[in-house]
Amino acid sequence: MSKLLIEGVSRTFAGVRGGQPVKALMPIELAVAANDFITILGPSGCGKSTLLRIVAGLEAPSEGRVLLDGKAVTRPGPDRGMVFQSYTLFPWLTVAENIAFGLRERGMADKERDGIVASYVDLVGLKGFENHWPKQLSGGMQQRTAIARALANDPEILLLDEPFGALDNQTRGLMQELLLGIWERRKKTVLFVTHDIEEAIFMASRVIVMSARPGRIKSDVAIDLPHPRHYTLKTSPEFSILKARLTEDIRAEAMRTALVQQG
Amino acid sequence: MRPLHPVSPGIRMVLGILFFVLFVAFWAWITLGGHVNRIFLADPLSMLRDGWRLLVEDRFWLDILITIWRVFGGFVLASVVAVPLGIAMGAWKPVEAFLEPFVSFARYLPASAFIPLLILWAGIGELEKLLVIFVGSVFQIILIVAVKVGSTRRDLVEAAYTLGSTNNGIVKRVILPANAPEIAETLRLVLGWAWTYVIVAELIGSSSGIGYMIINSQSRLATGQIIFGIIVIGLIGLLSDFAFKAFNRWLFPWSLA
Repeated sequence: MSKLLIEGVSRTFAGVRGGQPVKALMPIELAVAANDFITILGPSGCGKSTLLRIVAGLEAPSEGRVLLDGKAVTRPGPDRGMVFQSYTLFPWLTVAENIAFGLRERGMADKERDGIVASYVDLVGLKGFENHWPKQLSGGMQQRTAIARALANDPEILLLDEPFGALDNQTRGLMQELLLGIWERRKKTVLFVTHDIEEAIFMASRVIVMSARPGRIKSDVAIDLPHPRHYTLKTSPEFSILKARLTEDIRAEAMRTALVQQG
Repeated sequence: MRPLHPVSPGIRMVLGILFFVLFVAFWAWITLGGHVNRIFLADPLSMLRDGWRLLVEDRFWLDILITIWRVFGGFVLASVVAVPLGIAMGAWKPVEAFLEPFVSFARYLPASAFIPLLILWAGIGELEKLLVIFVGSVFQIILIVAVKVGSTRRDLVEAAYTLGSTNNGIVKRVILPANAPEIAETLRLVLGWAWTYVIVAELIGSSSGIGYMIINSQSRLATGQIIFGIIVIGLIGLLSDFAFKAFNRWLFPWSLA
């Protein structure tokens, strides 16, 4: 059975000042198997973030529904952990307290919590920074903490909305390896939104390519590259073939968007 | 000079002090030099002499204490009422829709114009003085706190929801801590305003306090005492501001780290 089912989910935004309503998402059908790493790839404005936010329960679909383990999603909840593109660590909490946030909301005893927090601090390589405030961390470290915070809650599915989008190229590469390493060790169902083609291929077991407005699924590409993946994979011939194919798909979409915007 | 270019701490201090020196020098020049009538403006030296006599002979320090008590009493009263209301308005939009129009209106009612009414209701005792400061501060605090709370970063709220927070959890563990430093800053600002209200309250129907001393000195043309009183208010205001700032810094190290 699928872990996550997206059934006919669409999203229409009401028109501004009596204008035409804007269709952001055409009805989407998607089934995600347990422990799959899915990346959703698309040009900006294709509605991929909207789709992710609907799965998170932060936005309601205009039509259709999202089922997680057979239960309909109506609101955000701890079973769907989310990592945002913007830095959303709570600035008044230290790294350790941020990671503990979800566990505290659940009312878990201090002792049990401390053990879990320590293991996740370790997992994302932030030992020694437990008592730092978010402001004292680099962007990469903040996103590592955000990933740990989402994972510490042990969600059924992990949602990531361009989590490395604001990072420089080198840091981004390291973060990809870190997240992939975690996934390879601790299997988790992941939905990862990105507009970076290399990132989409490198991370995924399956890439969903979305078209420009109104967003819909253009292609669904299985990535059968072996695990564990090493960064050198990005220069291999198999990788290049996939990259060429997806670049072609995305380019057509990006050009369509550009033309629409000009016209 | 290059615009926006920072100045070194040493030069900043020297420049800051220089203005005070020039100001006092100018004051001394026009008064001691005989350029203005002494009846209307005392010179710095007699101001200090008058101040010393006030403190030693007229027990002016008792007035200072009573004024401080009034400011803090009225201010604490206003804060206790206004901060929770402001948070409620910022967090829950129906509460805001209910209260915001009235509070916005009440904010423009001048506290000093309430003094005659407050004297009728509460007499000329301490309660009346506290109420003047209360009326002057409470609506300001409510509105500023409501605006700050209303502009809580939505992405933090969303993040908390995805971590399992309930609606009450959002208010207690996101909205409150996220806005605590700004609320404290607001209170620091309004405390400064409270100092102007207290003097007005003491100018009318009062028999003690710094404001009373000032109005009392006017009838005796004791301009040295008036200026001394004003300077005392300024110094206390400056001190309480420093203390408040230091306290906020100690309370919210994360917002400066």
